[in-house]
Amino acid sequence: MKITIALIGNQNAGKTTLFNQLTGSRQHVGNFPGVTVEKKSGTLKNFYNHGFQVHAREGQAVLGEEIHSDKLIEIPHGLEVELVDLPGIYSLSPYTPEERVTRDFLIHEKPDAVINILDATNIERNLYLSLQLMEMQIPMVMALNMMDEVRKSGNSIDIERLSKDLHIDIVPIAANKAEGVSELAQRTITEALSKHKPQKIDFCSGPVHKAIHAVVHLIEQQSTSYDIPLRFAATKLVEGDTLMEDALSVTANQKEIIAHIVSEMETELDTDREAALADMRYEYISQICSASVIRHGDTQEQIRSVKIDSVLTHTYFAIPIFIGIMALIFWLTFGIIGSTLSGLFEQLIEFVTGIVDSGLGSYGMSAAVHSLIIDGAFAGVGSVLSFMPTILVLFFFLSLLEDSGYMARVAFVMDSLLRKMGLSGKSIVPMLIGFGCSVPAIMATRTLSSRRDKLLTIFITPFMSCSAKLPVYALFAQVFFPRHAPLVMIGLYAGGMVIAIVSALVLKSTVFKGKPVPFVMELPAYRLPAIKSMAIHIWEKARDFLQKAFTVIFAATIVIWFFQNFDTRLNLVTDASDSILSIIGSAIAPVFRPLGFTDWRLSTALITGLTAKEAVVSTLAVLFAGEGNLELALSAVLTAPSALAFLVFILLYMPCFAALAVTKREIGTRHAIAAALFQTITAWLAAAFVYFIANLIV
Amino acid sequence: MKLSELKPGMQGIIEKVAGEGALRRHLLDMGLTPKTPIYVRKVAPMGDPMELCLRGYELTLRISEADNVHIKDEEAETMFCSGSCAHCHTHRKEGSSNQGNGRKAWGRNK
Repeated sequence: MKITIALIGNQNAGKTTLFNQLTGSRQHVGNFPGVTVEKKSGTLKNFYNHGFQVHAREGQAVLGEEIHSDKLIEIPHGLEVELVDLPGIYSLSPYTPEERVTRDFLIHEKPDAVINILDATNIERNLYLSLQLMEMQIPMVMALNMMDEVRKSGNSIDIERLSKDLHIDIVPIAANKAEGVSELAQRTITEALSKHKPQKIDFCSGPVHKAIHAVVHLIEQQSTSYDIPLRFAATKLVEGDTLMEDALSVTANQKEIIAHIVSEMETELDTDREAALADMRYEYISQICSASVIRHGDTQEQIRSVKIDSVLTHTYFAIPIFIGIMALIFWLTFGIIGSTLSGLFEQLIEFVTGIVDSGLGSYGMSAAVHSLIIDGAFAGVGSVLSFMPTILVLFFFLSLLEDSGYMARVAFVMDSLLRKMGLSGKSIVPMLIGFGCSVPAIMATRTLSSRRDKLLTIFITPFMSCSAKLPVYALFAQVFFPRHAPLVMIGLYAGGMVIAIVSALVLKSTVFKGKPVPFVMELPAYRLPAIKSMAIHIWEKARDFLQKAFTVIFAATIVIWFFQNFDTRLNLVTDASDSILSIIGSAIAPVFRPLGFTDWRLSTALITGLTAKEAVVSTLAVLFAGEGNLELALSAVLTAPSALAFLVFILLYMPCFAALAVTKREIGTRHAIAAALFQTITAWLAAAFVYFIANLIV
Repeated sequence: MKLSELKPGMQGIIEKVAGEGALRRHLLDMGLTPKTPIYVRKVAPMGDPMELCLRGYELTLRISEADNVHIKDEEAETMFCSGSCAHCHTHRKEGSSNQGNGRKAWGRNK
């Protein structure tokens, strides 16, 4: 038997942390059908869902059994519970895709129960969503998160009273410490199995009450036949929700009656429908809270946040501090921790390669297979794998910034600047993640509320040099600019940012014209991220990376090895310049003549770089393997200016297939192709310019 | 008076939210309903957006969006901020639309 539970709450209420606690790493990430809103689901950990009893009430059906008198029913082993993480939203209005997805999921998918997670330190605004959820008539449990912070500060919430007033089961939890999580899971399963719907749905009073009840009578029949919760439908119609009108096929006659009811209410209250309903809900919430919430002052976390912000969002210090923090992270990642770990990892790979190499030698394996394994697979995958620790360290820091609440401040501080580029402060988050990897960066554009912002951000985010390009820079800087390696690296990163800004300015005033979207964002209190959530996040990245290394990159290295070792008649070649790869590479090589590099192996590496940018290095390693030392071989085919042009092209040209696939998913095929073309043309122009200038200087 | 005209450190009572459509609805959903006290904590380094405090939490809005929020003229006041949002909260709970009372409440909290 399987039941589905939906997890819903405001942004910053701790939803992801709770989701991770409940499901561990058994998560599945996908999209809601038809829209690019991420849908995350997972199976509830086993120990939460057996070994307890459900209190069944008279007149209900539990597990298919009619209950004639109250009794306890044992939860059977093997009950499968799927948890669906719905987007973080503040209301069920029909404006953002997230809100619509949540509504549709609740109405059409009908989960067996809902966990509504609330930030207890900010309970009033969080309850606003709860009141709308209760109208949905789905069994529901409230998880009052961060109750530890409320108690510690001497404030209190009378949970029993609140639960009685709302007729909803409430469980206090501290998701980051896993407190109360097990009880929450069991109580939710109980509610789901006993199909106990929220009892109280009448929050209204006065004219709003009158209007809602009049509409309830009017649409009763349609609500049943279209299977939409009656009370929710009526409230939304009073609010003027056109999507609900369509969903219920409200007739012109009914529309007229509703308009009349609403205008009567508006006259009586001297306000409009939307304000009237928002006001009514908040009014009801303060009434409820005045009986159960005692708030002497802010929690320690909120007071601490204001103090931290007096420095981090300070008029003069904010931007220097932000630049300082980013510089520190890059220095730690690429200079200290990452390179040490990568060095160790590299030694390990070399060690394993050595063993396999000598093993194959003494076994007497045929030369072709020996070469396939060592020069193809081990050289290709190994060079990519050695870079994994650096990427994970970068992700660790970026998720620390995100989960602690600092990213929201960065958006606040940078908004004014980014708006000049036609973006909003929120675009800074994907752009920063872009320094790690374009794939999660492009996915992070989902938090942007306007399509124009999203398109513009996706077009320029790949210019933020992703960490996979770093081994290419490192190799070339070492060969051509041994004394100025750090300068070249910094120059490339800065160059990417400059190109991004210029592109944004150009695109903003040509292709993507339009008004800036509103910037309405909550600044959550600073909190230490939960170790477990961070660990799961890092593990997901590591898994993705390993998967990529052993599938896409592995396949690419094998294919390239094959193309390199065989000619068009599938004979083994003795000279690499007779190979299939040489023919392909030579065919496109003339395109790069104005950039100063003509060797077919370099243009070939650019092609294989599309599988993953790390593959540029592995391809060069494989292709130049016949010439002995790779570094010497490179300096034979490139000069300092053409090496620089090559690096600039690598920095800017279209991202890898993985990033392209995500781009296509986010903005459609047409725009994804446009973005790739735009980036590649920009790369060619910039590289040609750099080659020209560098030749003047040298 | 508009919310965007309040200086950092000033507090006012919301009169109404003008405009229409998604933005207005979102502002209402976020708790910017009439009679709610709202405090301007600061503006961002480049003068925009502004950081506000209402209903016990921190919200950022651009100046152009804050233009839509009307503040009751007679009730805008400069107040001492202890850094605690709960003050606004207490203030409202005491149901004070009267300035004198409001000041007293703030005074106590100092």
